Amino acid sequence: MKYANKLWFVAAGIVIWFAVYLNLERLTSLLFEATGISSVKETYARAIEFFVFEVPKVLMLLVLIVFVMGIIRTYFSPEKTRAALEGKPLFAGNIIASVLGIFTPFCSCSAVPLFLGFVEAGVPLGVTLSFLIAAPMINEIAVVLLFGLFGWKTALIYVSTGLFIAIISGYIIGRLKLERFVEDWVYKLKAGANNAEEEKTDFAFRIESGYAAVKEIVGKVWIYILIGVGVGSFAHGYVPEDFMAGLMGKSAWWSVPVSVLIGIPLYSNAAGIIPVVQVLLEKGASLGTALAFMMSVIGLSLPEAIILKKVLKLPLIFIFFGVVGFGIMLVGYIFNFIY
Amino acid sequence: MDIKILGVGCPRCKKLEQQVRNIVAENNIDASIDKVTDVQEMVGYGIMATPGLVINGKVKSSGITPKDEQVLNWIKEEMPQ
Repeated sequence: MKYANKLWFVAAGIVIWFAVYLNLERLTSLLFEATGISSVKETYARAIEFFVFEVPKVLMLLVLIVFVMGIIRTYFSPEKTRAALEGKPLFAGNIIASVLGIFTPFCSCSAVPLFLGFVEAGVPLGVTLSFLIAAPMINEIAVVLLFGLFGWKTALIYVSTGLFIAIISGYIIGRLKLERFVEDWVYKLKAGANNAEEEKTDFAFRIESGYAAVKEIVGKVWIYILIGVGVGSFAHGYVPEDFMAGLMGKSAWWSVPVSVLIGIPLYSNAAGIIPVVQVLLEKGASLGTALAFMMSVIGLSLPEAIILKKVLKLPLIFIFFGVVGFGIMLVGYIFNFIY
Repeated sequence: MDIKILGVGCPRCKKLEQQVRNIVAENNIDASIDKVTDVQEMVGYGIMATPGLVINGKVKSSGITPKDEQVLNWIKEEMPQ
C-alpha cells in the first residue's frame, strides 16, 4: 500500500472507531431489544447483557491504545533511554527513568541485558531499578482495562501511584548504596558498541509497528479478556455483594499486606488480573486492597526475580522486593483511607 | 557466513531463529547459525533488548523481529562478492 493510502486507511479506521465506540451503548441496547433479552427478568439475562456490552468495549479500547502505543514506542528505544539517563543526578534520574519506563519497549526476558547495558553506561543502580520497576508495572493493557471498567480517574491513579512507587523505591535503593550486592563480574564487564546503523524510520514504518503491536498483543490477550469479563459478568449476579468484604474490605487492616504477599508468587499479565480485580471490588473488596493486589501480581514476580538473580545477589533482590512491596502496601493503605 | 541469534529463550527469539533458518534454507545460503544464550557474550555485542541478530560479527537488529526481506538484504550485504 502506498504511504498516502496508508494514512487515509488509518484516519478512516479512527473515525469508524469513534463512531462505533461512542454509540456502543445504543447499538447493544438495540441488539438487546431485537433479541428480546431485555424483557427477560432473570439474573442470567443481565449477565449476558453485561458481557455483550463490556467485551467489545474493552477490546476496542485495547486495539486503539495498543496501536497508539505501538507507534509511540518506535520513538523510544533502550539505547535512547540509556543515553537520556547517563550522567543524571539521582532524584531527577529516578523520575526520568520511571517515566521512560512507560514508553520504552520492554519485555521482562530482556531485563538482564538491559540492566547490564544501563550499569555499563554508568547509570546509577537506583535509577536503573526505577526503570525496571516502572516498565512492567505501568502496563498499557492495565491502563486500558482500568479506564474501560472503572473510569479515567482510577486509570490515572494507577499510573501516578505506579510512577510514585518506581521513583521512590529506586531513590531509596540508590541512597542505600547497594552496589556491593551486584554480582562482581557486572562491573568488570566491557560492553561492546552496538554498531547497528539506525534504520531510517518513516511514518509508514511507525504505522506498521502499530499494526504489528495490535496483532501480537491483542492476538495474545483477547482470550483472557473474554474469560475475565465472562467470569466478571456471572459473578455480577450470582455472588453475594459483600462476599469479599470480610476478607478484603476496609475493616480488615491486615488485608493489604496479605494481598501483596499473595500477589508475589501469582504471576499474570494485566489482562488476566484486571477482571479478577473487578469482581473483587464489586463483591466488597476496598479499592486500595484490590489495587495493591493487582500491582503486586503485575509488578512483583518470581520469574523476574529468578532472571535478575543472574546479575543481583540475593540480599539486593530481597531489598528490591521489600522496598517495592512496601511501596505498594503504602498505596493500598492510602487509598483505603481516602475512599 | 556466520549468523548468530542472541536471546535467552523468549518466544520472539525462537521465532527469529526459525525465521533465519528458513530464509537460509530457502535461498541455499552457506551459513552457520548459532544461538547465543550467554548474557555476558550478548552484552559484548552491545545489545540491550532481545532477540539480537548478528551477521559476521555485526549487530543488525535488536529487540525486534525484522521482516524476511530485511533479513535477506542483510545477509546479501554480508555475502562475499
